[in-house]
Amino acid sequence: MPGQNKLASFETAVLPHLDAAYNLARWLTRNDADAEDVVQEAYLRAFRFFGGFHGEDGRAWLLGIVRNTSYTWMQRNRSPELNMALDDETHEPESHDLNPEALLVQKADAQMLRQAVEELPLEFREVLVLRELDEMSYKQIAVVADLPLGTVMSRLARARRRLQQILAGHTQTEVLS
Amino acid sequence: MSCQTTQEFIHAYVDGELDLARTLEVEQHMQECQACANAYRSQTALRSALKESSLYQSAPARLEKRIRSSLRREAKSEVGRRLFGWRWLPVGVSLAFVLLMAFVIWRAAPGLRRSGDEIVAQEIVSNHVRSLQLESHRADVISSDQHTVKPWFDGKLDFAPPVRDFASQGFPLIGGRLEYLDNRSVAALIYQRQKHYINLYIWPVDQSNAGGEIATKRQGYNLLHWTSSGMTYWTVSDLNGVELHEFARLVQEAQ
Repeated sequence: MPGQNKLASFETAVLPHLDAAYNLARWLTRNDADAEDVVQEAYLRAFRFFGGFHGEDGRAWLLGIVRNTSYTWMQRNRSPELNMALDDETHEPESHDLNPEALLVQKADAQMLRQAVEELPLEFREVLVLRELDEMSYKQIAVVADLPLGTVMSRLARARRRLQQILAGHTQTEVLS
Repeated sequence: MSCQTTQEFIHAYVDGELDLARTLEVEQHMQECQACANAYRSQTALRSALKESSLYQSAPARLEKRIRSSLRREAKSEVGRRLFGWRWLPVGVSLAFVLLMAFVIWRAAPGLRRSGDEIVAQEIVSNHVRSLQLESHRADVISSDQHTVKPWFDGKLDFAPPVRDFASQGFPLIGGRLEYLDNRSVAALIYQRQKHYINLYIWPVDQSNAGGEIATKRQGYNLLHWTSSGMTYWTVSDLNGVELHEFARLVQEAQ
């Protein structure tokens, strides 16, 4: 593929997903400048691997590269987050009565929600962001996060439960102060 | 469907990822169970709260510019790499080959020169042996007088070989003769050391070929070879190396 043609078709296929790429990188790195660097690097990587892309789901393909680049970046910067490995087999105590938490969510404002999502462990944050913000299917999330389909579902469930717990904690402190 | 199973599937249900049969079961269970219905409402509330909070982080405009220009650079360098990699490959290979051959020739050249000397040395030994086989072969002009021998070469050679008698040093001059060596006519002088004969061959060479003394031994004969003042000298004898060397020194000093 001659250089200019490759560049043109790459830009057509992959550049439209820049916002999705930035959104994911921003939520994973939790820093504006880092997210920009990660996205730029991911785009260069994507361009180099573009020969192996055959026009499937461009967004999922790109986000997979963004995710890997983010993890590499965090490794390079020794992010302590990477050392907290999740065990998908353990189950937190189920609370069947989620009613009070549902109420708390209604009280939570956007700022509080943002903060709560940022507080989620990395593995929970990425599936939640891909599902709720990018509105990806479980199958797409499985591709991007390199997870089995069943794990996507259980992780997402745990991510939401954790998010509700964090929000409950925040709203309670707010009430007390 | 039990509460536990419903709780398990409720996320897939909220996300629209549940198959039809289970979807119906979950919906039926929620009609009968308030707790699970609340759990479902809690999830939808969370989902809509996340949606309404505009958590989506759009890329700043400058990032797109930055990426576009870095992609152009990358595309250019890829093209450059490819051009260098393929179009210039034969050129690079040819150049490497030429350099290799040059190196090989350069390395082999002293060897070639040496093998040239080898051939001459062989010729000289043969010539020396033949000159001693018959007394009549030993010299065309028999004289111990350098002033007789030297003019004898006049008109027979296109150069004037230096001729000296070293009788006082124990190497009397016997005479001279013409020889044909190394594809040219050369001067051969014959000397004696007690019972040993010494042949000294002289012919002009390219000035740049000046070189030090080289000693070799062939078929029991000692050979000495050197070049000076535009003449190349070969001397050969069954005389021992030390005395032959002494003789060579006399010749060299007389020049």
